[in-house]
Amino acid sequence: MSNKHKPFSMHLDVSDFLPADKEEKQSLVIMRESVGFWRDGARRFKKNKIAMTSLIIIILVFIFSFILPSFYPYAYEQQIRGSENLSPFQYSEAELERMAAGESVFPHFLGTDSLGRDITARLMMGSRISLLVGLVASILVLIIGSLYGSIAGYFGGKVDMIMMRVVDIIYTVPDILIIILLMVTLKYPLQDLANNVPGFAWINTIGIGLISIFIVFSLLYWVGMARIVRGQILTLKEQEYVTAARALGASHRRIIGKHLLTNCMGPLIVTTTLQIPSAIFTESFLSFIGIGVQAPMPSLGSMAANAIGGIYSYPHRLFAPAIMISLIILSFNLLGDGLRDAFDPKLKN
Amino acid sequence: MGRYIAKRVLMAIVTIWLVATITFFLMFLVPGGPFLAEKSPSPATLEALNKKYGLDQPVIVQYKNYMLNLVKGEMGESIKQRGRTVSGIISDGFKVSARVGGLAILTAIVIGVPLGCIAALNRGKWLDNLIMVIATCGIAVPGFVVSTVLMLIFSVKLNLLPTYGLSSWRHYIMPVMALAFYPTAYISRLMRTSMLDVIGQDYMRTAKAKGLSQFKMLFKHALRNAILPVVTYLGPLIAYTLTGSFVIEKIFTIPGLGNEFISSITGRDYTMIMGTTIFLASLVIFMNLVVDIAYKIIDPRIKFQ
Repeated sequence: MSNKHKPFSMHLDVSDFLPADKEEKQSLVIMRESVGFWRDGARRFKKNKIAMTSLIIIILVFIFSFILPSFYPYAYEQQIRGSENLSPFQYSEAELERMAAGESVFPHFLGTDSLGRDITARLMMGSRISLLVGLVASILVLIIGSLYGSIAGYFGGKVDMIMMRVVDIIYTVPDILIIILLMVTLKYPLQDLANNVPGFAWINTIGIGLISIFIVFSLLYWVGMARIVRGQILTLKEQEYVTAARALGASHRRIIGKHLLTNCMGPLIVTTTLQIPSAIFTESFLSFIGIGVQAPMPSLGSMAANAIGGIYSYPHRLFAPAIMISLIILSFNLLGDGLRDAFDPKLKN
Repeated sequence: MGRYIAKRVLMAIVTIWLVATITFFLMFLVPGGPFLAEKSPSPATLEALNKKYGLDQPVIVQYKNYMLNLVKGEMGESIKQRGRTVSGIISDGFKVSARVGGLAILTAIVIGVPLGCIAALNRGKWLDNLIMVIATCGIAVPGFVVSTVLMLIFSVKLNLLPTYGLSSWRHYIMPVMALAFYPTAYISRLMRTSMLDVIGQDYMRTAKAKGLSQFKMLFKHALRNAILPVVTYLGPLIAYTLTGSFVIEKIFTIPGLGNEFISSITGRDYTMIMGTTIFLASLVIFMNLVVDIAYKIIDPRIKFQ
């Protein structure tokens, strides 16, 4: 036991070979809890204040446009006689009389338009249309683009070459020209379909304008998504687990659906989110020039277009939809940036 | 390089042909002809009019005739604006649109590039934050919002600028500002990112070590490399200006090509729809081609595939 002070002694210290106790074992564990892809991204995302704020704003806008209208006393297409062209919080004579009689009248927060429709109610409906267009169009783009891109990337060779040439050509077509043409053209066959073919009456409930916007977007905007997915698949398909899956006899469909697409979820989510504001942008543009959503359905774009005539007397009618659309687009842009930083840092720039 | 250019030109021609074909057949799917808007012409007049413009023939024959004429460079006469040729209307409208659009592109570059550089050189300071906040908001605001707000401030409230027409230089200020707003914001963001990237490069440290002046470092080394992404953005920028002009021309009542395009579609002016679509599509496709080729000449590191 006295060899402690003799560093070159060949004697072994027995105490060095005692089993370690719990505390000693714990001190050796340096690994933290293993964190998966989603939790890791979510953690990074929660730290991003700007992205979290925009997420909250988006949720508020959703509540404003989908839940609030059912509690709001005025409908978007309801024309209140005698209440035309009211300023914010102004009451018409009839409403003042009713108030004098002791009734409570719900205020028009943003006033009414020239047909006596409550602008707040129309703003809610307009935002709903914008959000619907953004979400549905992006999901359509996601489905078409990821399928097309993954098939091209997975099979490679001639299939890839032909499929990507098609993408290149659609990519160079000036989209807005074709969109405007298609919007005008699709109106009539859709009307025909809705009125004459049984089983298609639902087209009228959604609105021909909206349906043609969806068709147009899914025809033209999937190419960007297809390119991104193809790029991802090209690298992913060389991975060992794909070879393993193939060796086990998995079908092409299963490999693409189960292994490849699930592994490029990050870029898929980010690209889809960033697609939403651009779809909303285009919809408002189309409605503004008068070929988007059809009256009496309001859209933020058409509300702004209608407000231009009265810009001298009623500037607030322009500001309401203008601020709303900018807020929605800005929040989705910032949310998309935040998601990209959290889930797909490589995609930056 | 020659092979690359030839391939791209061939693809551009295919695309233009595709756009022309799609437009042609889409046009005839729309019910109602160009003559329906006028106070219901008698069947005899209608027949005569249809015959005059060749609309009585089957669509496929009309398509063949149109394409043959197009190859010869003839786009025919406008159906609605009697006596004016399509190419004449296009060149008149384009002169106006190009002036406004060109000024807007110039403004966007002249303001956007320095803003992006200033932001990058003051990274993290209040000036950088301010510019980036403005630029981020600028990207989110649609063109029609910018132009109407400008109109409200400068015409309605301050009564400084005229709201419609293009008769003097004062008429140009608002449309150009409105059109340049989005690209300015976009370019300054782009410029900031690429400038930051360039500043971190080794050759910048070498330049500093050599004792180059700040001015020379910025203009001779940094700016030249950092401006490349802006050059690639020029293609999309031209396309954006074009679509942006549809709105701007409507708001400020400018007699440009965008206006002609929209009114030709709503009026079913077949020859004008074809003419404007083919012209605008060719313009965008050609500009993209030029930008792509120029980009590869400017940056020799990029290989021709």
